[in-house]
Amino acid sequence: MTNEELKITLTELLPSAVFEDGGEWLNLNVEAADWKASALNLRKLESSPFNFMFCLTCIDWKTHLTMVYHLRSTTTLDNIVVKAKLDRDNPEIETVSDIWRTAEMLEREVYDLFGVQFLNHPDLRRLLLTDDWVGYPLRKDYEDPINMIKL
Amino acid sequence: MGVPENNAVGFPGQIHETAGGGIVLSKLDDVINWARSNSLWPLTFATSCCGIEMMAVASAKYDFSRFGFEVARASPRQADVIIIAGTIVNKMAPVLKRLYDQMADPKYVIAMGACAISGGPFFYNTYSVVKGADHVIPVDVYIPGCPPRPEALLHALISLQEKIKSGMTREQMKELP
Amino acid sequence: MVEEIGKTVEGDLVINVGPQHPATHGVLHLVIILNGETIKKVEPHLGYIHRSIEKMCESLSYRQFIYSTSRMDYLSAHINNHACALCVEKGLQIEIPERAQVIRVLMDELTRIASHELWWGAMAMDLGAFTPFFHAFRERETINDIMEETCGARLTMNYMVPGGVMADLHPNFQSRVKNFLQLYKSKIHEYDELVTGNIIFQNRMKGVGYISPEDVISYGVTGPAGRGSGVSCDVRKLYPYEIYSKLEFDEILETAGDSFARYMVRLREMQQSIRIVEQLIDNIPEGDYQAKTKAVLKLPKGEFYQRVETARGELGVYIVSEGGTTPYRIKFRSPGFSNLSALDHMTRGEKLGDLVASMGTLDLVIPDIDR
Repeated sequence: MTNEELKITLTELLPSAVFEDGGEWLNLNVEAADWKASALNLRKLESSPFNFMFCLTCIDWKTHLTMVYHLRSTTTLDNIVVKAKLDRDNPEIETVSDIWRTAEMLEREVYDLFGVQFLNHPDLRRLLLTDDWVGYPLRKDYEDPINMIKL
Repeated sequence: MGVPENNAVGFPGQIHETAGGGIVLSKLDDVINWARSNSLWPLTFATSCCGIEMMAVASAKYDFSRFGFEVARASPRQADVIIIAGTIVNKMAPVLKRLYDQMADPKYVIAMGACAISGGPFFYNTYSVVKGADHVIPVDVYIPGCPPRPEALLHALISLQEKIKSGMTREQMKELP
Repeated sequence: MVEEIGKTVEGDLVINVGPQHPATHGVLHLVIILNGETIKKVEPHLGYIHRSIEKMCESLSYRQFIYSTSRMDYLSAHINNHACALCVEKGLQIEIPERAQVIRVLMDELTRIASHELWWGAMAMDLGAFTPFFHAFRERETINDIMEETCGARLTMNYMVPGGVMADLHPNFQSRVKNFLQLYKSKIHEYDELVTGNIIFQNRMKGVGYISPEDVISYGVTGPAGRGSGVSCDVRKLYPYEIYSKLEFDEILETAGDSFARYMVRLREMQQSIRIVEQLIDNIPEGDYQAKTKAVLKLPKGEFYQRVETARGELGVYIVSEGGTTPYRIKFRSPGFSNLSALDHMTRGEKLGDLVASMGTLDLVIPDIDR
């Protein structure tokens, strides 16, 4: 389906989503509080179930954080991008590791590097850094005068 | 002893004193050093890309079993030399120290590749890379390159052999007055 | 739904397959909870080669960050560089000359053959057979020599740049590749005779490490590991890039879902790569090898995603740009990360010796997982 047809289908499915223009694939913004319900709806959509999550990451815009989820459907080969805005001082969002099992380790990585708390995650702890590391390195305001040698 | 009284060279000929022991002892040291250098057993330790070049040296084209290195042991208790092939990061540094401590004397260390010498391409703006394996354990031979060619690793192994043949081990040097 | 974390009961044994182990995958630390010799839970601990590449790339320019990706999955170094170059070209919206496209695809497929060779040798060594290692490296050294003549390096060659390739092909390239194809075809039967038909090998691989197609999609497993369960996920067929849509090759699918199926997928993929190289080696078009680009590249504001098929699965490069000379955020969707997350599910209830066979057929390269 083209982006316009997808937009029509998804406006019916998720009435509160805001669509962005530009970009190769359809981008939608959802509220962090609605994310779990929207994810279940996307997974169960009849015409093209989005059953393959291929990328889960977070971007630090200096005033807020944004979670980015890339989904695709193995039956119709459509791709969409879902974004959710998070508060910088207390970033929390529901986990989707019971819908797409690949999200379990990907969310642990985002918690490790950005500090986003995933509610109801089965096993949220640090993955790539040592257990006693202080701070969240991939945030833009991370300072580490001992380890990081600036160019 | 010393030079005989008469100047004519009689039996048993001119005798020269050698510092640090007699002739027989230093010959034995030479034999031991020769034996040590020709049968160094490396520990299988490869963290990243340089490990593939180390495996290429182990294979048939650039064979290192001609020098006696073929028996690569997995346990540090049975190994003589550790070839640090790859980057060392903060989480891996205590593991490397523990492996080095478990090896028995005499032991040698080769730092292979730019990452093990000084952090390499990951020197600037990284928060988790140890800038050089010699912050963790003492290194004998450094091999530059990213990754170094297999011939460079062979050159380093031969240099290590010459280093062993020409001197004392680190523990013997510590016991000197 | 999501199970509880395996709690240990009395009589369980917790062992570490530590960061330094003689299998050639790299530094992976597995904590295994065993009941006798049966596996109850496998928990991977990562981070022993986490070199903070994503943070480092935020301060490098668009021409400089490509070198760090060839050190991520170093066995398919060309394909990683190719993905980054394609993503930057997508942002700049420039056209690549056809000669550059053909050279890039040729280098990719030769890299894929070299990577599968090393996988085959290392996996046979894991299961206890030492001889196939030397056979595999014999072919791999021939490919390395071809690469070294054109690109200048054997393992981490930064040959792909945004706009095309860095230098033209060496005049000997065609004849050397044709000699390699002849050598390979005369030796391919050795692989089946030595390893595939061996009864011990088959008993160790059949029925071990089963994963169903629904779980493949849910865990995000791509590449030959996913195709071994019958899920069609080859990016070269589903979302073709460069000139793959004009080439004739098959996507190999097996339905058994166990380790032996994944093994056969990779062996047959080597033959398909040979088919692609044969189609292209006599038809390299004349022309430029690099499109004209500015010296300092600036991507417009926006987000760009490019996916390619490496020897391990689907690699994705996601660049978020704010209009400057350095990227604002780069994320690499690594195939090994998702493949590893399925290891626990695949090996529950099996014996410890079967874990080695399953891990071998997943073909993990740990710097690709940790980045």
